[in-house]
This record gives sequence, C-alpha cells and structure tokens, in this order.
Amino acid sequence: MIAAGIDIGSRTIGFVLLDCDSGELVHHDILDSGYDPIGRARDYVGRFSYDKLVATGYGRHAANAKFADEVITEIKAYARGARYVLPQVRTILDIGGQDTKTILLSEDGIVSEFQMNEKCAAGTGKFMEVMAVALGYSLDEFAAAPLQVTGKAIKISSMCAVFAESEVVSLLNSGCPRADVANAVIDSVAERAAGMLQRTGVISPALFAGGGAHNNCLKDKIAALVGVDLHVPNQPQLIGAIGAACEARRLLR
Amino acid sequence: MNDYSQMWSDLGIDIPSHNILMTALPELYTDVYLSQPDRPQGMAYFDGLISQLHGERIQELLEHKQRGGKVLATMCVFVPEEIVLACGAIAVGLCGGIDWATNEVEKVLPRNMCALIKSFMGFKLGKVCPYFEVADLVVGETTCDGKKKSFEVLGDYIPVHVMETPQMKNLIDYQMWDAELQRFIEVVENLTGNKISAASLQNGISKVNNKRKALQRLSATRKADPSPISGKDALLIYQTAFYDDIDRFTAKVNVLCDELEQRISAAATQHTVPDKLRIMVSGTPMAVPNWKIPHLIESAGGRIVFDEMCTGERYFQNLVAQPEGKSVAQMVTDITRRSLEIDCACFTPNQVRIDKVIAKTAEYNVDGVIHYALQSCDPFTIEGFRMEKQLKEAGIAIMRLETDYSQEDVGQLQTRIEAFLETLAERKG
Repeated sequence: MIAAGIDIGSRTIGFVLLDCDSGELVHHDILDSGYDPIGRARDYVGRFSYDKLVATGYGRHAANAKFADEVITEIKAYARGARYVLPQVRTILDIGGQDTKTILLSEDGIVSEFQMNEKCAAGTGKFMEVMAVALGYSLDEFAAAPLQVTGKAIKISSMCAVFAESEVVSLLNSGCPRADVANAVIDSVAERAAGMLQRTGVISPALFAGGGAHNNCLKDKIAALVGVDLHVPNQPQLIGAIGAACEARRLLR
Repeated sequence: MNDYSQMWSDLGIDIPSHNILMTALPELYTDVYLSQPDRPQGMAYFDGLISQLHGERIQELLEHKQRGGKVLATMCVFVPEEIVLACGAIAVGLCGGIDWATNEVEKVLPRNMCALIKSFMGFKLGKVCPYFEVADLVVGETTCDGKKKSFEVLGDYIPVHVMETPQMKNLIDYQMWDAELQRFIEVVENLTGNKISAASLQNGISKVNNKRKALQRLSATRKADPSPISGKDALLIYQTAFYDDIDRFTAKVNVLCDELEQRISAAATQHTVPDKLRIMVSGTPMAVPNWKIPHLIESAGGRIVFDEMCTGERYFQNLVAQPEGKSVAQMVTDITRRSLEIDCACFTPNQVRIDKVIAKTAEYNVDGVIHYALQSCDPFTIEGFRMEKQLKEAGIAIMRLETDYSQEDVGQLQTRIEAFLETLAERKG
C-alpha cells in the first residue's frame, strides 16, 4: 500500500509517497505554492495513486475539505518526519516561509514542548527573502554573504520585516558594505531561532528543517549559539510532507 | 422584531456605524454559536438576550430611567453590584470585545495597549454602544495602569467614578477598600437620591448571591464527563450575566441547570461517549463578542469545562456572607471580605490563583490548560509565566497564548491550539 503526505505551506508545497511495506520514499517533489495552492495541490496529487493522503501545513484544512483524508498540524508532521530521517532526533528547528517553530521530543518521539512565532514574519524565511531583495542579492548570494564580511560587526535590532528593511537601507546609505549588512541580518535571525530553541529546550541530536536550512551560515551561527550541532537532511523542505505520509502509513496499518 | 432605530437615534447612537456593527454580529453569532450541535434548549433564552442586547434590554433600562431609576455601567468584578441595587439603581456591563473606531481611539490613547481598553473607548468615541449612552455614571477601577489612566480620558466624555482597588491583602487594604465602598455608597446615594438601609442592602446582597449561586451551579454541571454544555455556551452565560435583569437572569440560569442536570443523569444511564479532551481556559476576561479562542479550541475538538476568568469563575466563585440580621456597616465589611478574596492578577502576590487552577484541573478532570492573555495586559501576561512553570512542575499540560481582537493571527493560533490538543491526545493515549 502507498501512503501519501502533502505539506501545503505559504511558499512551497511538498508531496511524498511512502511504500508502507518497505518504508521507502517512492516519490517526492516540491512545488511553488503560487496564487492557488489548493487547486495546484489537488491537480498535482490527482496524477498519483495512493491509499491514504494526510495533509499538513497552512492549507491543511482546505485540502481536507477538497481531497485529503486526514489532517495533522505541522508540529506533529515535523515530529514524525524528523524521526523518519533521523530516528534519534530530540530537537527540531524549522524555518519556513511564514513560520519558525521549535519542537522538543521525548525519547520515544512524543512532542513534549513546542514554540511557534506569533503573528508576524519576524525571523522567518519571508523575512530573509525581503532582506535579500533589499540588499540586491539572490537567496544563494545572500546565504553566502557572511563569508565575505569585511568590517566590524554591525547589528540589526529590528525583527519586523518592514522596520528591518528601513534599518538595512539606512545602513547601506551610511556606507556599510552589503555583505556586512547581510551578515547582520543572518545574525539576527540566528539569535531569534536560538532564543526559541532555548525556550523549548535543546537536546542532541537536533535537526534543522524548512527552506531556512539551506542557509549554511545561518545553520552554523545557530549551532554556535545553542552549542549543539544541527543536522540538515537532504530535503529539509520535505520534512512536513514526510511526516504527513508517516501518519498516513500509521493510519493504514 | 421591533425597530429600535428611533430609540438609538434618541440616545445619540451613530446609526450608520451601529448598522455596520449590527449586521456583522448575527453572521458571527450564527457561525460561532448557532452552528453548534446538540445545544441545550435553555440556551434559546440567552440567544434571544444576545440578539436583543441593544434592543429590548436597552428599552427596559430606559423605562427604568423614566421611572426615575439610574443606570451604572461597570466592567469589573470588584464593583459592588449589591450597593447599586440597594440604592434602586441597575448595574450593567460595558461592551469591550471588538476593535471599534480605532482611528478615533488612537487620538486619545497609545496604539500599543490592551485591546479591551481600546475597545470600550472605541465604543464610546464611535457612539455605537447604547449602554454607554444609557448610563448615568461609569464606575471604573484601578485594577491596572491602562484602565486607571484610560478612565481619566473617558471622563472627558461621560461622568466616571473611579474606585481604588487594593493590590495586596494586608489589613490596610481591607481598610482602604472599606473606605472606598463608603465613598461609593455616598456617590450612588447622591446619584439616585436613595439612602441605603439594612433592608435594601440585605436585599441587594441576596439578589447578587443568588445570581452567583446559579452560576456556581452551572459551573458544577461541567464537572460531568461529557460536560452537558459547550464551553462557548457557558461563556455566553457568564458574559451576559453583566447585562441582564438580575432576577430574570438568575431564574433562567437555574432553568438551564435543571436541563443540564437531567442531561447528566440521562448520560449516566446511556453510557455517552466522554469528552475527547477537557480544557480549562485561564486568564483575561472575554468581553462580548470576543469568542475567538473558545471557538478555535472547540472547533479543534476540545471541550472547555472551566473558565478561570472574570467572565467565568472569578465573577461568581465567592459569595458575600449571609446578610440577615446585620447592620449596614457589617454588611459592607462582608462585601469587603468578598472583594479581597478575588484572585485577579492585579494582586501581588497572587499564589491563590495558581493553587486554585491546580486544584480545579483535578476537580474538573482537565486534560490541559490554555492560558489566555490579551497583549499588553501586564498583570496576566506576567503571571502567565509563573502559572506555566508551576503547572508544569505539577505535571499539568499548559500552553500560553497572547493575542488581541484582530483576525490576522487566527491561522497561527489554530495551528498552535490544534498542536496542543494533539499532544494532549498523545499523552492521554
């Protein structure tokens, strides 16, 4: 039997198929959410056959109304998905499009604590996207910018995407090299993520998921702040979909 | 349905704005309340009360005024309704559960402050609350800095009497509150022209005690598993307790309780499915029509069985001692004692509140506590941290939420609440 999981996020849709017997992933894909994420997801999953589909992410309830069999929250999905890729995992950090979340798991994989950012885009992937645009970088260039830091350390104090953007602009206007400013932005995101991790508790091994995990400098900065290595899986943006598929497999059994 | 346009217009209500408010509410009410399955029949009275909150009830208050009676508007469990009734006046609550006239409010108050304060100010400045327009006097209190200073501002638009509420529970605080009650009696006597007598105060105390007892009875039915009433319905009753005619309200709550108690006995013989997850909500009051968090909790499959709020237990958990055969001074002392039993976060220290929450989670068989605080409500947001720490030490699951009246965080809140319920379900196995 085939278990399917879909994670409909604000920026991307992750979809995976899991063979229930072997436990292997037999298909995985990431799509842009676009302007009609539910329609796009429905059309996409219609091309596959599976025995049960569990949805998670921002669009989970809309998906449930249209084409999914069950829903679970991102918290549970990330807990399940992280255990799938790293069975001993105790701590999860996810920096996604509009959410940042941290989860602490018990030894047997049960969620014991979690935190999510409240309301605004502070410290999320969206925040970094806005800052990269303000600095004239692509996301990859932005992620690598800390490697070209030149001068003394500077600090971005605002976490509001709008205020931080004006802070960035005024730093550029005062002559700061943009690599230094990018470094400061990534520092501020790292500090916020580390703060959330410390509030939920950090136990090794820890996994870093979501689009933010593609940013290697960010990963190193957070790891240095919390004193624990962060494991980045091959497909950090698929952890939610994998978790949803794991739940579908559990339901099928 | 009667047309109250003339009445509202005579009261000085801004009719076009009020129409907007009145068209938004039925839709919300249908969505949050009327769509619930298996509601007790006794809720029909309270549905009617809500639909007539700006109509029939206001007309009753106007008739009371035409007979020479006075109306005092309050918004706090400290304000002694007993004294108001003893002078032949009526106490009503003030609306404060929806963002209104924000642009006007931000001309007189800072932007980052508690949504409840901004809301009542908006209702006054936007002229959409008939309770404000009917009221002869607003009775404010000093339970937080935001309210304390905002009542000064409100005083520019309507007569306000501010009572200084105690912050500790030492001898001096009892003396101070006793003196505040004496000062309040003078104010109400002067306003109404009626002197308080032992008989009238005894009558006032009995009426309010009876209301509180009916609400205690309602609360007790929620110990049953499954609880015979949704948390949203119970909240509605606690909310309307501030508005309705006291004797009628008390009678209707008791009628509802008869039905709920029958439901409980019927459930016992029919082996009804128990509640999936039993939730306590603790924190800041939820003024009408603020049903945001309870709606999210119950839509996600939780059943709220205990409301540790001023729109809830804090309103009715303590009674004034039996007044029979006592002098006015003795009864005032009893009212003081009751006020000083209140476990609002405005007190320091306030360990009794946390101890109560821990005790009630066991008594009501609660699976998890959701601590709810309005953003910028310092007393409750700060106390929430202590609450969280001590509950966790006691092995009780708790999640703290901070929000306001906007809808922009509903997606985030829904995810957090659902995730909390998922973890409770896993715990429960």
